[in-house]
Amino acid sequence: MKPLLQIAFASAWNRRATLGLAIAAIALSVTMLLGVERSRLAAREAFAQSVSGTDLVVGARTSPVQLMLYAVFRLGEATNNIRWSSAEALAKRPGVAWTIPLSLGDSHRGFAVLGTTPGYFEHFRYGYRRPLVVADGRAFSGTVDGVFEAVIGAEVARSLHYAIGQRITLSHGSGGEGLAEHADKPFTIVGILAPTGTPVDRTVHISLQAIEAIHLDWQGGAPIPGLAIGPELVRKFDLAPKTITAVLVGLQQRGAVFRAQREINEFDGEPLLAVLPGVALDQLWQVVGVVERTLLAVSALVLVVGLAGLVAVVLASLNERRRELAILRSVGAGPRHIAALLVAESVGATVLGTAAALVLLAGVSLLAGPWLQGQFGSAPPPGVSGVGEWKLIGLVLAAGLVAGLLPAWRACRLSLSDGLTPRL
Amino acid sequence: MVSAAPVLQVRQLRFRWKPALPPCLDIDDFSVKPGERLFLHGPSGSGKSTLLGLLGGVLVPDSGSVLALGQALSALPGAARDHFRVDHVGFVFQQFNLVPYLSVLDNVLLPCRFSALRAARARAASDGDLAHEARRLLEALDLPRALLARPATQLSVGQQQRVAAARALLGRPELVIADEPTSALDAATQQRFIELLLRECAAAQATLLFVSHDRRLATHFTREVALGDLNRAAVLQQEAA
Repeated sequence: MKPLLQIAFASAWNRRATLGLAIAAIALSVTMLLGVERSRLAAREAFAQSVSGTDLVVGARTSPVQLMLYAVFRLGEATNNIRWSSAEALAKRPGVAWTIPLSLGDSHRGFAVLGTTPGYFEHFRYGYRRPLVVADGRAFSGTVDGVFEAVIGAEVARSLHYAIGQRITLSHGSGGEGLAEHADKPFTIVGILAPTGTPVDRTVHISLQAIEAIHLDWQGGAPIPGLAIGPELVRKFDLAPKTITAVLVGLQQRGAVFRAQREINEFDGEPLLAVLPGVALDQLWQVVGVVERTLLAVSALVLVVGLAGLVAVVLASLNERRRELAILRSVGAGPRHIAALLVAESVGATVLGTAAALVLLAGVSLLAGPWLQGQFGSAPPPGVSGVGEWKLIGLVLAAGLVAGLLPAWRACRLSLSDGLTPRL
Repeated sequence: MVSAAPVLQVRQLRFRWKPALPPCLDIDDFSVKPGERLFLHGPSGSGKSTLLGLLGGVLVPDSGSVLALGQALSALPGAARDHFRVDHVGFVFQQFNLVPYLSVLDNVLLPCRFSALRAARARAASDGDLAHEARRLLEALDLPRALLARPATQLSVGQQQRVAAARALLGRPELVIADEPTSALDAATQQRFIELLLRECAAAQATLLFVSHDRRLATHFTREVALGDLNRAAVLQQEAA
C-alpha cells in the first residue's frame, strides 16, 4: 500500500494546479460550513446566556415567552405591571438572596429605558456568570440627590456617540418617532457599561425613583395640562414606585427553584408568573431555529458544490491518465490498486481542504475574535467546538470518500477495457 | 531446451470484445518455448494488442486456455493474475511507456514495488541494492547516469524505450513481451534498440516475444510467426468480406 500512496502523491503533485483549485474550493466550502456552525453555536450560547445567575423572572401573568421578551430582551410591552408591594413581599421571602426590580416603558431614541436599583449592577449576570462592568464612569447612585443620573449600554454609547456628562432627555413610551418627550427633566450620563453581547448593550439604565419623578406630572400617557413640576421640585415628592414591570430573583439555593416558582405562581396578592429563564430561552430559540437550520442547509449545499468540483477535476484527469493507468496495470497494479489510487486522491484532497479550512477558521478567530467580542459580545472559538462539529468534519471526509468512488469506478472500467494499450 | 515446458501455451482460445461482436481472436494452438526470441507480426488491427492482453492476463478469454509457465491464467482470480503478471512478465509498449511524473529510476523500479519476487531477484543480482541493479541495467542499455534523476518526460523517445526495456528486465522475469517497441524510432535507433534488447534478454535468460507490423525486423529473431496464420477469426472475417 505504501508504494501506491507514493505514486498517488507524485501523480497528484504532477497535477497540483488543478487539484489545488479543487482543494481550495473544498477548503472554502468547509470553512463556510464550520464557520456557520460555530457562529450558530456561539450565537446560541450568547442568546441562552443573555441572562444567567437569575433563577426566576417574575412578572404579571402572561405567557412565559412574552415575559422573557419584554423583561430580558426589551421587545414588545408588558400588558400588565405588578405592584411594588408584591415585589417587596418577594424580596422578603425566605430563601431569596436578591431581587432586581425592572421598570420598562420609556425609551431614548429607540433604546429601551430601564428603571432599576443599584443592585442591578451588583447582581445581574450574563454569559458564564459574568458581572456587568462599568467601562467608563460609575453606576447611578440610586439616592434622591442623584435621581437624574443614567448609565448607558455599550451600543447606546457607540451608536449615539455619547460620553460621560452628556445630558439626554427620555421619551414617553417606546418605539418610533413622534413620542412625547420628558424634556423638562434631562438626565446626565454618569456611566457607560462594557459590551456584553446582550440586550443590556441597548439599554439606558436609570433608577426606579427617576421613573416616578419623570411621570409625576403625567397621567394616562400625557402631561397633565396646567401642572408642571420642575426637576428641582421632585425631591419633595414621595418617589417610591407604585408599580414595576418585572423582577429578577436570585435564590440562595438553586435546588429550591421549583418550589419557589410554584409558590410565586400561587401568590395571594395578585396573579404573578414566575419563569425559569433557561427553559423560556430554549422555547424562544426554537423560533429563531428555522433561520439557523436554513443557514446550515445553504452551507451544506456549498459543500456539495465544492465536492462536485473535486469529482469533476478527478474525472477530467482520467483521460490524460489512461496511459499512466495502463502502465501501472502492466507492472502489476490490479483494478483495486487503480481504484485505491483515485479514492486516495479525493480523500487526500478532502483532508487537505478540511485541514486548510480549520487553519483558516482558527486564523480568522484569533485575528478577528477580540474585535467580534467587543462588537457583539460573542465570538466563535478558534478550535473545534463540540461533538456536532466533529460529526460535520466526519461527514465531510465521508463525502470525500464517496466522491472518490465515482472516478475510481470509472477508472477501473477504463483500465479493464483498455487492457494494456488504451484506445485513445 | 527443446524438452522444456513452454513459457506460453495457448489452446482453443476465443475472445470477443463484446458478446454481440464476432470473435476477434480464435487461436487453436500457439506456444513459446523457453529462451526463444519469437517475432510475431501482423498488420495493424489484426488483434496483436488483444492477444498480448490475453497473454498478460489483463484480458480473460471467452473460452480456451492460456498457460503461462504451466499456470492456467484463467484459473487464477483477478488479483492473483495481476500478481502473476508482474512476477513473471515484463512489458515494453510502442511509446509513452513511462509514468511522466516519476523519475527515470523510479520508473524502472515500478515492478519491484508491486512484486516481492522481482524485488528479491533484483537484490540477489546486486548484493541487496535494488537501485544498483536498476542503474546497472540502464547503463547496459546505454543510458547515461546523468539521466536517472530526470523526470521521464525529458528523455528522447529512443531513451524512453530503453528505460522501458530496463524496467521490463529488472528482477529477471521469465518472459518479456515487447509490443511494437520500435515503431516510434528511426531506422538507426531501431537497430540499436533491438540489439540491446536481445543482448539483455539473453543476459537475463528471459524469453522474448516481440510483436511488430514490420517484417523487416524479423531477421534478428530465432522464429517468426504471422498472427494471420494463427488467428482463424481473421480468416473467417476475410471470407465473410
